[in-house]
Amino acid sequence: MATDLLESLQQQIVPAAGAATLSHGCLVFSLAPEELMPTVRRLKEEFGYDLFLDVTAVDWPADALRFEVVHHFASSRQPLRVRLKTRVAAADPGVDSLAKLYGSAAFMERECHDMYGIAFRGNHDLRPILLYEGFTGHPLRKDYPKGREQPLVPYRN
Amino acid sequence: MAARTVPIVPAAPQGAKDGAFEYLTTRKDELVGWARKFSLFPYPFVTACCAMEFMAVSASPYDTDRFGAALPRFSPRQADLLMVVGTVTHKQAPVLLKVYEQMCEPKWVMAFGVCASSGGFYQNYAALPGIDRIIPVDVYIPGCPPRPEMVIDGIMQLQDKIARAQHPILTRTF
Repeated sequence: MATDLLESLQQQIVPAAGAATLSHGCLVFSLAPEELMPTVRRLKEEFGYDLFLDVTAVDWPADALRFEVVHHFASSRQPLRVRLKTRVAAADPGVDSLAKLYGSAAFMERECHDMYGIAFRGNHDLRPILLYEGFTGHPLRKDYPKGREQPLVPYRN
Repeated sequence: MAARTVPIVPAAPQGAKDGAFEYLTTRKDELVGWARKFSLFPYPFVTACCAMEFMAVSASPYDTDRFGAALPRFSPRQADLLMVVGTVTHKQAPVLLKVYEQMCEPKWVMAFGVCASSGGFYQNYAALPGIDRIIPVDVYIPGCPPRPEMVIDGIMQLQDKIARAQHPILTRTF
């Protein structure tokens, strides 16, 4: 069952850019940004991946495509998780929002936007969710200074 | 059968003075300080894992009630000891300041644990590096989390501080 699924996923969703790998029981695809939306739609509609787990990002400061946006999916019917990695450049760090397919994606994309500054196209509410209004910068990027403080209350001395 | 005799103590005549406990001599500041140090009403501003230690020190094995500091008031307007228990973030700092400003004088602040005292091991975009950046602190209790003995020591040090302090509500008529 699991191997059948694995084979069909690997054969049908393998993108042009990269091959799928199996990592700790999780099938990993590397995608180009424009492949993300069709891939997710197929995962949801054809393979039954009905649970959106998480979206986060990885900052690779030395790479040309600096940010790697990572989506995780699970299914209530399939015994295999799926991870999608999408590389985007620092100049235009944006991918399509999945909020139309999975309602829960809206808040998680807000958090990812807080921390990494990834712009999710189609998510119209990217206000700070963990950070606060007025916070400048994205603290989990590698170039955010470790000791930089942005206090909301002025210090006493 | 002999009649049982009950000694009858005559009531003191009106206006007469009894020798015992008619007068007590003390300093006014000491009297008020003594009363205040045994009636600390804490407001627990509990944000993080130090809460477990706060519960341990409040419960009967360590029992902060012995120091008169057992009854948490869940309104800052009824409290006079602000116990900041746990990490305070920059996002939360306005809330802490608002709670502090709602408390009536006299008021004291205890930084419970290393995060409240100095930020602890958090040195990042999110954590406030010590609540004394925004409000004055009377007692710092280090430790991650502090042992109950350290909390009790902190309470006793605060009691000493209160007992030694000036209590300026006293006016010329009292």
